[in-house]
Amino acid sequence: MDQLIQQLINGLSVGATYALIALGYTMVYGILRLINFAHGEVYMVGAVSSYYLAEWSMGWTHSLWVSLPIVVVGSMVTCAILGFLIEFLAYRPLRDRPRLVVLISAIGVSLLLQNLAQFQAIFGPTPKRFPELIQSTPVLYNAAHTIVLTNLDILSLGLSLGLMVIMTWVVLGTKTGLALRAVSFRFDISMLMGINTGKIISFTFMFGSALAAVAGTIDAIRYDVRPLMGLMPGLKAFVAAVLGGIGSIPGAVVGGLLMGLSETLVKGYLPSAYTGYADAVAFVVLIVILLVRPTGLFGRVAPEKV
Amino acid sequence: MNVNMTPFRRLPTLPVWVINSALTAILVGLWPLGRALEQNLNPYYLQILILVGINIMLAVSLNLVNGITGQFSLGHAGFMAVGAYTAGVLLRHYQPEGGAIVPAMLGVLILGGLLAAAAGLIVGIPTLRLQGDYLAIATLGFGEIINVVIINTESVGPFYVGGSAGLHGIPIYANFFWTFGAALFCVVCVWRLAYSNKGKAFAAIREDEIAAGAMGVNTTYYKVAAFVIGAFFAGVAGGVSATWFGNLDPESFRFMRSIEIVAMVVLGGSGSITGAIVAAILLTWLPEQLRAVQEWRLVIYALVLILMMIFRPAGLLGNRELWPVPGRRKPAPPATSDPDSRQRMMAEG
Amino acid sequence: MALLEISNLSVVFGGLKALCDFDLSLEQGELVGLIGPNGAGKTTTFNIVTGVYRPAAGGVRLGGRSIAGLNPYQINHRGIARTFQNIRLFAGMSVLDNVLVGFNQSLRHGFVGTVLRTPRHQREDKRNQDRAMELLAKLGLDDRAMETAHNLPYGDQRRLEIARALATNPKILLLDEPAAGMNPQEKIELAAMIEMIRTQFRVGIWLIEHDMKLVMSICQRITVLDHGQTIAVGTPDQVRADPRVCEAYLGEPT
Ligand SMILES: Nc1ncnc2c1ncn2[C@@H]1O[C@H](COP(=O)(O)OP(=O)(O)OP(=O)(O)O)[C@@H](O)[C@H]1O
Ligand SMILES: [Mg+2]
Repeated sequence: MDQLIQQLINGLSVGATYALIALGYTMVYGILRLINFAHGEVYMVGAVSSYYLAEWSMGWTHSLWVSLPIVVVGSMVTCAILGFLIEFLAYRPLRDRPRLVVLISAIGVSLLLQNLAQFQAIFGPTPKRFPELIQSTPVLYNAAHTIVLTNLDILSLGLSLGLMVIMTWVVLGTKTGLALRAVSFRFDISMLMGINTGKIISFTFMFGSALAAVAGTIDAIRYDVRPLMGLMPGLKAFVAAVLGGIGSIPGAVVGGLLMGLSETLVKGYLPSAYTGYADAVAFVVLIVILLVRPTGLFGRVAPEKV
Repeated sequence: MNVNMTPFRRLPTLPVWVINSALTAILVGLWPLGRALEQNLNPYYLQILILVGINIMLAVSLNLVNGITGQFSLGHAGFMAVGAYTAGVLLRHYQPEGGAIVPAMLGVLILGGLLAAAAGLIVGIPTLRLQGDYLAIATLGFGEIINVVIINTESVGPFYVGGSAGLHGIPIYANFFWTFGAALFCVVCVWRLAYSNKGKAFAAIREDEIAAGAMGVNTTYYKVAAFVIGAFFAGVAGGVSATWFGNLDPESFRFMRSIEIVAMVVLGGSGSITGAIVAAILLTWLPEQLRAVQEWRLVIYALVLILMMIFRPAGLLGNRELWPVPGRRKPAPPATSDPDSRQRMMAEG
Repeated sequence: MALLEISNLSVVFGGLKALCDFDLSLEQGELVGLIGPNGAGKTTTFNIVTGVYRPAAGGVRLGGRSIAGLNPYQINHRGIARTFQNIRLFAGMSVLDNVLVGFNQSLRHGFVGTVLRTPRHQREDKRNQDRAMELLAKLGLDDRAMETAHNLPYGDQRRLEIARALATNPKILLLDEPAAGMNPQEKIELAAMIEMIRTQFRVGIWLIEHDMKLVMSICQRITVLDHGQTIAVGTPDQVRADPRVCEAYLGEPT
C-alpha cells in the first residue's frame, strides 16, 4: 500500500512535467494544426539555459531564494524567445503550405537544436550534473520512511500547478486568451474579424515554450542535463497531448498526469527483466489511442467533408 | 476514332527482353567492377561508395512510401534494424566459409528483407489508417519500439543478439557487388512499380486518397503494399550494412537514422526516384567532406530539411525524373502551396 | 427491380438530420436529377451511396445486391462511379494518368508481373493506354493527354473527372454539379456530352445540378431535396409546377 502511494506521488511528479510540455503541443496544435516537433528541444534548451543560469547565479549568491527565481524565470524568457524565433523563422514562411511541409521543417528544427547543443562551445555531447542548487530532501514522510514527498516533488507539482492556474486565467480571463480561443476555433474567420493572428501565434509559441522551459528546469535539477534529453519526454508529452485529445488544454494536463502515472507504475510493478520495456509503453499507448479513439479523451470528432 | 491523330506518342522504348538482359549484364558486370575497385580504390573512398549504395537503397525504398504513395513514415530505420539484425545474427552464428558464402549472403539478405517486410505488415496495417502527421508519429513510435525490443533482447534461442551492448564479430562479406547489386535490384523494382499502370495507384493515393478509393483503388491494400515493399528493401539495406561494418549498434537505428533517410527523400524531391538517388549520393558524400568537423554532419541534414521546405519544398527534382518517363512528359510545377489543404484543415477544425 | 434501388436512407451528423427517408430507383440508361437548395443533403446522398459515409438507416441495392456498408472501392467495383462537387482530380498527375488510375481495378497482373514486365503486364498496360486515349478522345481531351491535370481549365477538369469515372466501367454514374463554374456555351456542350455518355456507355446517370435549365432539359425524372427531406418527385414539368419546390427555393410566400 505504501509502495503504491509512493508510486503515485512519483507518477504525479513526473506527470506534472509531461503535462507542462504537453500544454505547449496542444496549444500550438489547437491553433495551427501543427505538431511542433521541436518542442522537446525547447524543453532541452530550458534545461541547458537553467544549467548556465544556476552556475552563474550561484557564483555570486548562496541564497536559494535569489537563485531559483533567476533560474526559472531566466530559462522561461530564454525559451520564450527561442519559441518566437522558431515560429518566425521556420514555420511562418510556410504558413499556407501543406501540413507535411511544416512538419518536415519542424523535424529539421528539432535536429538542428539537438546538434547545436552538442557543440562543445555550446554545451557538449556528454551529460552534466546540475549545479548543487537544491538537494533532494524529504519534506513530508511517514514514520517508516516508506512514503516520502521530497522538496523536488513539491517544486515540480507546485510550479506546474501554479503555471496551470496562470494559464487557465490567461486563456479564459484575458482578451489575448479570448483571441487565442477564437483563432483556434476558426483561423480564417478570426483573421477577418480583425484579430492579429500572427501576434496570437507568436504568443502561443512563446507561452508554450516558457512552460516547457519550466519542465526542463525541473528535470535538469531532478536528473541531469544532456543535449538529447528532449527526445523522450518530448515524445511522451506528445503522446500525453494526444491521449487527452490534442487541442484540448485540460486534456493535456490529464494526459500528462496519466502518462506519468502509467510509466512509474509500469516501472514499479513490472518484473525487473521487463522494465527495459517501460519506454515502449508510451508508444503502445499512442498507437492504441490513435486507432481506438484518435480524438483522445477530450477531443472532438470532425470527419472530413467530401 | 483515330488514336494516332493525337499528339500522344509513346516514348520510344526498347523491348523488355533487351532491357532485362542489359540489367542482368550490368548486375554480372558489377562483380569484376567491384573487384577492380576494391583493389585500386583507397579504402576510405570505397567505404563512402558502399555507404552511398546502402543509402540509395534506403532512400529509394522510403521514397516509394513517403514520396510516391505520400504516406509519411518516420520508422524506416526500424525496418533497417530488423534486416540488419537478421543478417548479422545469422552470419555471426553460422560463420559460413568458402563456397557457402554466396548462397548464405543471398539467403540472409532476402530473409532479412522478408522479416523486415513482415514487420512492415504488422506496423502498416494498423497505422496506415492514420493520416499525415499522426502517421508520422505512429511510425516513429513503432520504430522506437523495434529499437527497445532489440536493446532488451540478449538472445533468441541459440542465437546471440547482443542487447544494448550491440552485436559484434559479424563476418564481413558485403562488398561492392552485394551492395550495388542489391541497390540496382531495389531501384529497378521501385521504378517499374512506380511507372506502370498498376503503380499509378500509389501516386493516386498521394494525390487524393478519397478520389482514389472512389475510382476503385483499394487504398488500404496499396498503402500497406508500399509500406511492405519499402520495409523489405530497408531490411536488405540493413543486412548489407551489417555484414559491411561487422558490428551493429542498436542506437544507430533510432529515429535520427530515419530522419536522415527522410532528408534524402525530401532533398531529392518526394516522388522522384532519380532524385532520391542523387540526394543519397549528395548527403552521403557531402558530410564526409566535413569529416574533420563531424558534429556538422547532422546540422547539415537539419539545415537541408528546413531550407528545402522554405525555398524549394518540391526538392531538387520535384516529382520529375532525370530523364523523361512515359506518361509524364510535362512535369508538374513544384507544389509550393496548397490552398485546398488549408481550407480542408479549417473545415476539420 | 431497378438497377439501383435506394430505400429509406437516412444520415445524421451530430444533431443534424442531413438526410431523411430518401428513396430512389434508377435504371440503366436513365437520367435522373437531384436538386435542392444549398445544404439540402444532395452531396451527402452521393457520399452514402458511394460508401464515403455510412448511413444511419436504410438500404442501397445495386442489381439486387446490397452495397450498404461496403468500402468506396468495393462499391466502385460493383459498378458505381462518381465525380466530386469540389473537383478531386489527381492534380499532380497527367491527364492520361488520371484516366489510367480508373483502369486499375481491371488489371489482372500482380506486383511481380509489374516488376518483371511480363508479357501480360505489357499487353494490359498497352491496351489500357489505348483505351484511355480513346476515352479522352470521346470527351475531347485527347490533345491534353500529357498535360498535368491541375493546369487544365476548369471546364476540362470537370470533363476529366467524368472521363476518369467512366474508365472504371460503371453501370451507374453519379455527377455532382458538373456544370458548376462553366459558361453558357460549355453548359450546352456538357448537356450534349451527358446525353452521349448515357447512350454510348449505356450507364444510368444520376445528376446533381443547380442550373435549372440544364436539369429540366435533360433529366427524365427529378427528386427535390430540402433540409434532408424529399419534397417532390416527378418529371421536370411536375416538379416545376410543385408549389413546395418554389417555396424551398424562394422562401415562404408572404
Ligand atoms: N462530414 C460532415 N459533417 C457534418 N456535417 C456535414 C458533413 N457533410 C455535410 N454536412 C452537412 O450536411 C448538410 C448537407 O450537406 P450537403 O453537402 O449534402 O449539401 P448539398 O445539398 O450538397 O449542398 P450544396 O448545393 O451546397 O452542395 C449541410 O448542412 C452540411 O453542413
Ligand atoms: Mg453538394
